[in-house]
Amino acid sequence: MTKRQNRMILVALLVAGTSLAAYLGLKAFNENLLYFFSPTDVVNGKAPNGKSFRLGGLVANGSVKREGIKVAFDVTDNQNTFTVKYEGILPDLFREGQGIITTGSLKNGTFMATEVLAKHDENYMPPEVADALKNAKK
Amino acid sequence: MWKWIQAFASPQNFYRISGTLIPWFLYPFVFLVTIGLYWGLYVAPIDYQQGDSYRIIFIHVPSAWMSMMIYLIMAISAGIGLIWQIKLASVVAKVSAPIGAGFTFLALITGSIWGKPMWGTWWVWDARLTSELILLFLYLAYMSLNNAFDNPKKAAKASSILALVGIINLPIIHYSVKWWNTLHQGASISSMDKIAAPAIHPDMLWPLLIMAIAFKLMYAALVLQRGRDEILFNEQNMRWVKDLIKGGER
Repeated sequence: MTKRQNRMILVALLVAGTSLAAYLGLKAFNENLLYFFSPTDVVNGKAPNGKSFRLGGLVANGSVKREGIKVAFDVTDNQNTFTVKYEGILPDLFREGQGIITTGSLKNGTFMATEVLAKHDENYMPPEVADALKNAKK
Repeated sequence: MWKWIQAFASPQNFYRISGTLIPWFLYPFVFLVTIGLYWGLYVAPIDYQQGDSYRIIFIHVPSAWMSMMIYLIMAISAGIGLIWQIKLASVVAKVSAPIGAGFTFLALITGSIWGKPMWGTWWVWDARLTSELILLFLYLAYMSLNNAFDNPKKAAKASSILALVGIINLPIIHYSVKWWNTLHQGASISSMDKIAAPAIHPDMLWPLLIMAIAFKLMYAALVLQRGRDEILFNEQNMRWVKDLIKGGER
């Protein structure tokens, strides 16, 4: 075997080894890498009990009730729904039907939020196109 | 074939050819970046949800693409330098690192500026943002390791191994939004099922692609120029460099 082939095999082993290590590492920490839990995850008991965690889902249509800076709304994944209570400034993208991620903890079935983040989707279009799409759906 | 590659990749030859190539990348870059910015910032329509704020994608997305592409080029060059001991490959890897780090930084900063008004936070530790930050650290680690040795051969060897190890981060960055729940949105264009029908309107897609091409031209021009400088420095005691300086030739 020439020196060059030797080095080639070493480099291949190096890359293969790191890939395997990364794969195993990511697999082991998979749960921790989830940024949020869906309402169904929470119902299934996957979210940490009594501790603060992140809940993600869509803001249910017609559920937003504002009272000064206090706001209450429902977060749903179209299977399960939780009511979220929050006090503070909401991000620009917060609206009904929008995906959001909120940090807080469950108290008697109500999610008391300390932070509300809006999740943006991958769709970009001008307002006229969005209106046209909406009308087409109706 | 092998002889031809070796002759072509000789530092002296690279110096000569890169000199003529640079304007062919530099001027198209200036041209395209002007068009891309004008189109993206003035002509393109506003977004139905984000209004004008989405326009940061014309910098953010091409920068993020570049940050990953440059790392791939850097790692492959480092591997070639390691296996075939081609000096030019190690030079390309070395001079690419700061450019890649710059683009990574730009992607992180512009994303953060956009994230504050849109998401409601500057930064979150979700899989996409964290893996992109790790990419920046990989670049910085590569650069410091390369500078830590007095012997350029040892420096190239050690840092090349680091570059190759770090390549595993690239698929993680790319698929992070698919494998895990993240705050960062999914891919609008680059995922396979979206190439036919991107989730971004054509009026916004075109300036984005123009910016992406412009950034690639900029990288090409930068890598050639920085490569020339690096080669002149490395070969300062060689005959051809002394002749070059004596002749007063550029």
